[in-house]
Amino acid sequence: MFYREAGDFKVSYVDDSQTFPIKFDRYRYYVVLAVAFGLIPFLINDYWANAILLPFLIYSIAAIGLNILVGYCGQVSLGTGGFMAVGAYACYKLMTAFPEVSMFIHVLLAGGITAGVCVLFGLPSLRIKGFYLAVATLAAQFFLVWLFNRVPWFYNYSASGQINAPERDTFGIVITGPNASAWATYLFCLVFLAFCALVARNLTRGTVGRSWMAIRDMDIAAEIIGVNPLKAKLTAFAVSGFFIGISGALFFAVYLGAVEVGEAFGITKSFLVLFMVIIGGLGSIFGSFAGAAFLVLLPVVLKVVGVDLLGWPTDIVAHFQLVIVGALIIVFLIAEPHGIAQLWRVAKEKLRLWPFPH
Amino acid sequence: MPEQLIFAMEVTLNGLMAGVLYALVALGFVLIYKASGIFNYAQGVMALFAAMTLVGIMQGQVPFAHLINAVFGGHITHFGWNVPGVVAIGLTVAVMVLLAWLVQVLVMKHLVGQEPIILFMATIGLAYFLEGVADLMWGSEIKTLDVGLPQGINLWIDETTYNIFGYGFFIDNLDIVATVIAALLVAGLVCFAQYTKQGRAMRAVADDHQAALSVGISLNFIWVLVWSVAGFVALVAGIVWGTKSGVQFSLSLIALKALPVLMLGGFTSIPGAIVGGLIIGVGEKLFEFAIGPLVGGATENWFAYVLALIFLVFRPQGLFGEKIIERV
Repeated sequence: MFYREAGDFKVSYVDDSQTFPIKFDRYRYYVVLAVAFGLIPFLINDYWANAILLPFLIYSIAAIGLNILVGYCGQVSLGTGGFMAVGAYACYKLMTAFPEVSMFIHVLLAGGITAGVCVLFGLPSLRIKGFYLAVATLAAQFFLVWLFNRVPWFYNYSASGQINAPERDTFGIVITGPNASAWATYLFCLVFLAFCALVARNLTRGTVGRSWMAIRDMDIAAEIIGVNPLKAKLTAFAVSGFFIGISGALFFAVYLGAVEVGEAFGITKSFLVLFMVIIGGLGSIFGSFAGAAFLVLLPVVLKVVGVDLLGWPTDIVAHFQLVIVGALIIVFLIAEPHGIAQLWRVAKEKLRLWPFPH
Repeated sequence: MPEQLIFAMEVTLNGLMAGVLYALVALGFVLIYKASGIFNYAQGVMALFAAMTLVGIMQGQVPFAHLINAVFGGHITHFGWNVPGVVAIGLTVAVMVLLAWLVQVLVMKHLVGQEPIILFMATIGLAYFLEGVADLMWGSEIKTLDVGLPQGINLWIDETTYNIFGYGFFIDNLDIVATVIAALLVAGLVCFAQYTKQGRAMRAVADDHQAALSVGISLNFIWVLVWSVAGFVALVAGIVWGTKSGVQFSLSLIALKALPVLMLGGFTSIPGAIVGGLIIGVGEKLFEFAIGPLVGGATENWFAYVLALIFLVFRPQGLFGEKIIERV
């Protein structure tokens, strides 16, 4: 009734190629932005920021990054944890070397450095495909984590081998360190998420995105019609690395504050982000958000129900979490291989015809 | 003979033994991959699950005891009996067959015809699920597994090498036993695949699903069979690794160690799995021995992957893998 394109006339090319062609979607998008930027910062407290909102925002960025690589370009990567570690350590080195520079610059530079590393490890993708590539990216995962563990220059020769985020600010507002306030860290991450989502959305519907998807659907055919696989694959690795690096930098500097690389950026992190992408929906920006929200909320909900309501020991709840995550992945793959994003699409399709379906 | 060379020889021997263990895990992967095209990430967790079940049965633990106690109160932990190793192994095999059937009926049957990557993801989900279930069933603490495999330094090798080189090699008895077991297992699998009716059917399915269907082979049955065999291989790997380093979560990570082995050897080749395992085992031990001290050690964490990666760039299908032919 209210969700349809009828009556919404496009009179210019700009109108015709806008991100949300349906008016309702457009307003919904503005409302979400207004709530996220204008309302939540006033309501937020430390618990909500640290338990739910910050991890959600940061994992969303990582999931968008991985989705570009896996969902849009079809290059399966299990090295996300290692690439996030590159972002974190790059950010740490920059923070300690140039204390007076704004955090915005640091995080963006960390993303850029990660993009470079990602391209380097993406080079084998020109020769190897599918599973072989997935396993090859494990080389990145293990090698990078080992490197940050063993080479003292990366952690500034600290005795513990950990890296700790010193207090840094942007525009005079403290973002990292123990004195940062919840609303400031939240807004800082939100700005990056909004930026990444916007960039990703527009890249994926442009020339670059189309060449990625052509490579994903069938690389040989794509090559024959004139898509340059070298360019397509490496740009996918670069963009993906940029986003993942940003998320790694935020994860370390803003969210955790202190990081031990094997623990924070191990292979489990790679799988976690991959699950977000799968459960959310391969090849969908909205899916990245949905998957991140789902897997961030699930442990919180399970803990509230299991530990606080039922009074079970925490280790049993942790084991149940494994069982439930595993089962959910299987159920999703069987029932809806395209993830939450597909459910969303189906719902929208239904809504267009409502209340008079034919 | 220079001392370094002798050390290097000892390291090489130990590497060969470790390689056999990697190959043991990799075998399970190859079996399932060949027959159903599924890359079974859960193989390592299956080894963990099998080893935990074996320990649990041997010690007479009550399954889900921790959970039952938490929900209903009470303090049950053990039935109070001990099962001898052989019987327990038999029971565990039965459990693994049941598991194979459940996996086929509940999961894989519904995913037939999906893209390989979707199937791969499903096995990752399966790995998480199994790990959670194993912890819930038997508790997550580290357990010792002792089914009577010999352990400790092999005195005969120690003495002989001492007489020849003036330096005794340290070779674990368990590694020797593991090598023998692996050899027997491979021989058994080859015989099974070549000379039995079911084995032939299995190979037919591996070759071509539709052709196999059209000559009356039940895909469903073959897949249950393949998963059972993989479960059995997992049990063997679980026993050897569990005896070596205790039954604990890290056991499931041997799956990750088996991946570079597979890449080197090719996903579809049983000899490839063995040769790949040996190369990786020797390579990483020698690398750690020669280069490790220069760069801070623990290179074993990544060496195998990087070796496999470099290798793949030059030969994308692995050593013995079938040539990858692509058509549009």
